[in-house]
Amino acid sequence: MNRRDSLKALGIGTISATALLEACKTPADKTATPETTEVAGVTPGRQPDELEREKKLLADKFFNEHEMATITVLVDIIIPKDDKSGSATDAKVPEFIEFIVKDIPDHQLPLRGGLKWLDLQCLNRFGKTFIASSHAQQIEVVDDIAYPAKAKPEMQQGVAFFNRMRDLTATGFFTTKIGVTDLGFAGNSPTKWMGVPADVLKQYGFEGYEV
Amino acid sequence: MKDIQIKKSGTTYDAVIVGSGAGGGMAAYVLAHAGLKVLMLEAGAYFDPQTDSMQLKWPWESARRGASTTRPFGDFDAAFGGWKIDGEPYTTKDKTEFWWFRSRMLGGRTNHWGRISLRMGPLDFQPTDGLTDPWPITYDDVKPFYDKVDRLIGVYGTKENLENEPDGIFLPPPKPRLNELFITKGARAAGVKVIPGRGSVLTEALPGNKDRGACFFCGQCGRSCKVYGDFSASSCLVIPAVKTGNLKVITNAMVREVLTDKEGKATGVSYVSKEDMQEYQVNGKIVILGASAGESARILLNSKSSAHPGGLANSSGVVGKYLHDSTGSSAGGFLPQLLDRKRYNEDGVGSVHIYSPWWLDNKKLNFPRGYHIEYGGGLGMPGYGFGFGMHNMNGAVPDRDGKVKEAGGYGASLKDDYRRFYGTQVGMAGRGTAIARKENYCEIDPNVVDKYGIPVLRFNYTWNNDEINQAKHMQDTFEEILHNMGAIHGPKKGADTNYGLEAPGKIIHEVGTIRMGNDRTKSALNKYCQAHDCDNLFVVDAAPFVQQGDKNATWTILALSMRTAEYILAQRKKLNV
Repeated sequence: MNRRDSLKALGIGTISATALLEACKTPADKTATPETTEVAGVTPGRQPDELEREKKLLADKFFNEHEMATITVLVDIIIPKDDKSGSATDAKVPEFIEFIVKDIPDHQLPLRGGLKWLDLQCLNRFGKTFIASSHAQQIEVVDDIAYPAKAKPEMQQGVAFFNRMRDLTATGFFTTKIGVTDLGFAGNSPTKWMGVPADVLKQYGFEGYEV
Repeated sequence: MKDIQIKKSGTTYDAVIVGSGAGGGMAAYVLAHAGLKVLMLEAGAYFDPQTDSMQLKWPWESARRGASTTRPFGDFDAAFGGWKIDGEPYTTKDKTEFWWFRSRMLGGRTNHWGRISLRMGPLDFQPTDGLTDPWPITYDDVKPFYDKVDRLIGVYGTKENLENEPDGIFLPPPKPRLNELFITKGARAAGVKVIPGRGSVLTEALPGNKDRGACFFCGQCGRSCKVYGDFSASSCLVIPAVKTGNLKVITNAMVREVLTDKEGKATGVSYVSKEDMQEYQVNGKIVILGASAGESARILLNSKSSAHPGGLANSSGVVGKYLHDSTGSSAGGFLPQLLDRKRYNEDGVGSVHIYSPWWLDNKKLNFPRGYHIEYGGGLGMPGYGFGFGMHNMNGAVPDRDGKVKEAGGYGASLKDDYRRFYGTQVGMAGRGTAIARKENYCEIDPNVVDKYGIPVLRFNYTWNNDEINQAKHMQDTFEEILHNMGAIHGPKKGADTNYGLEAPGKIIHEVGTIRMGNDRTKSALNKYCQAHDCDNLFVVDAAPFVQQGDKNATWTILALSMRTAEYILAQRKKLNV
């Protein structure tokens, strides 16, 4: 069933359906729309100061090349490609992290400092920065900071850094089309909510249960 | 400096309304449909959900993935503004705390709210514990207007015949989600009543209304609805009122004061246009304030004249006093039995599917009044924050192979954990009655003005033991419910955080600053929300509330505003306007 048909099936009226079809457009569907609104200087639902702020953030650069290269290696260690979906870099997680630290500056110091901490660990152990170290060496350090409960006390700063990297990598990955598809998220599309499917009710013993 | 002048309009409207939210919107709707010529001033931008809503956008369409950097409820939320607005400060007194949420836009804060639409009950209007003043009206006075609001706007729910949770004229409620079934079972085992939610979402087409579409269950009411399937003041009230041809809306009009004549009657309003920063004056036979409890009080207190030296409608001195928000405290966890659950679309509606109305008798408790509980959880759309804190979760339950693994980690096994844990989370939040006290108030800060030169509000608000004990009770209840569900959760919020009691203003239910009453020495408005001191001045937002129940304020704002507007129509001849 195409989108228009599914709307009809839902009993949504013609006028409403037009608005809805407009709203249903994903970026892939869009052609002239963004350019048109750019020209007019108006984006529906956005305030001018929000747009200005975003434009500035996108133009700014926070991480240097070495830092970005380190982030790129780390995010793929955290979320690698597997048989279900691509890696964090496939989902452009490093680019997301570059944006979000400018948007939420509280991330800046812990990440910049954490990357430096990581390099120093590797320099002391292997005489090389993190990205210049071998994969086995990288994993050796990561193993020391990836498990908060068993990490040694002197690794605590590394643990805090890695927790933040893990969180941002996961958010950056699972909020992309690759990640949302991987999760199997089935919503954000018009439907008629009829309650929990019968097989699921049965699975959890809620058949016939009434609120 | 010569070019600064006040631009005076020659037109006199039948009514000038300040604010386009639930209160102002309803007054405009009623008066414009009755044929009055009405002018509405809105301090922010125009907003029509049909064109401006972020509904059905995907997380990757926001560079910040929906994070709440510029909007407190996330990048896709409809509400502009928030607790901080550049150039529009407010202050607090004696290191007390108050957070003032403002949405400068058409529809005001109806762009933000959770669409939870509860009536206040007989005991909320006429409390029997003697702790707070009774309202000058009863539930029976308001009931016909609640009924009309239900029919006009639409609300889902179920008939329950509970004494202080009056039933309405309901559309069918949405069925509970899976997590909500677990919550219901857990709550009932703890002796907590759970009933279907009550929300202003059109789960079916609204009888007699061709301008609004029925809900298509995306669960995104917070973004506002392109088919007008939920209640926003813009889509349901202001835009229809404009279509009558009798309502003119001026946006970006920041009201400075209500103008009065020598006799003290209101003659109009002065405002600064945010577009050209010029001063304007407009004339009305009646002035109606619906600018919000804080903003309407501010306007009155800033409207000083020889006839009203203490501010307009303030001979009693109560304007700004008795400010009260709702209490709020919350808890959450995850359900291990839902690991690896089946995927399906369970977005549902963007309001509550289930809730717990207050279920206990205060005589046995160490705090007055009560609270309701709102619940959520499930297979929601990922956004900024998704996956955060996995290291607090993935070491707490056995893996698929039955072994408990080390918390945290990385790699393919971690990646799989995000899939496993998706949809297992549950959350609950209490919303309770905070007592209206004279000692909690807002006033004009003598030293500070905003960028328009308008003196700003200074708040003075503290919780006392009644509210703290209530929050403790919430936390104890939440813990029991989570335990009964078999949920895994972090430590309960304790005394060090006042049991998770949110700071005043954080629940965005502040009311009470221009209270109504029969005694003009103790109230600013009569029982029709008409100023005792100025008979062509009315207040239609939540400022007139004498004492809020644990119910969200919007449905009562709508009912009272409709009641006031109908009173204005009936009284126009007597008022000679």
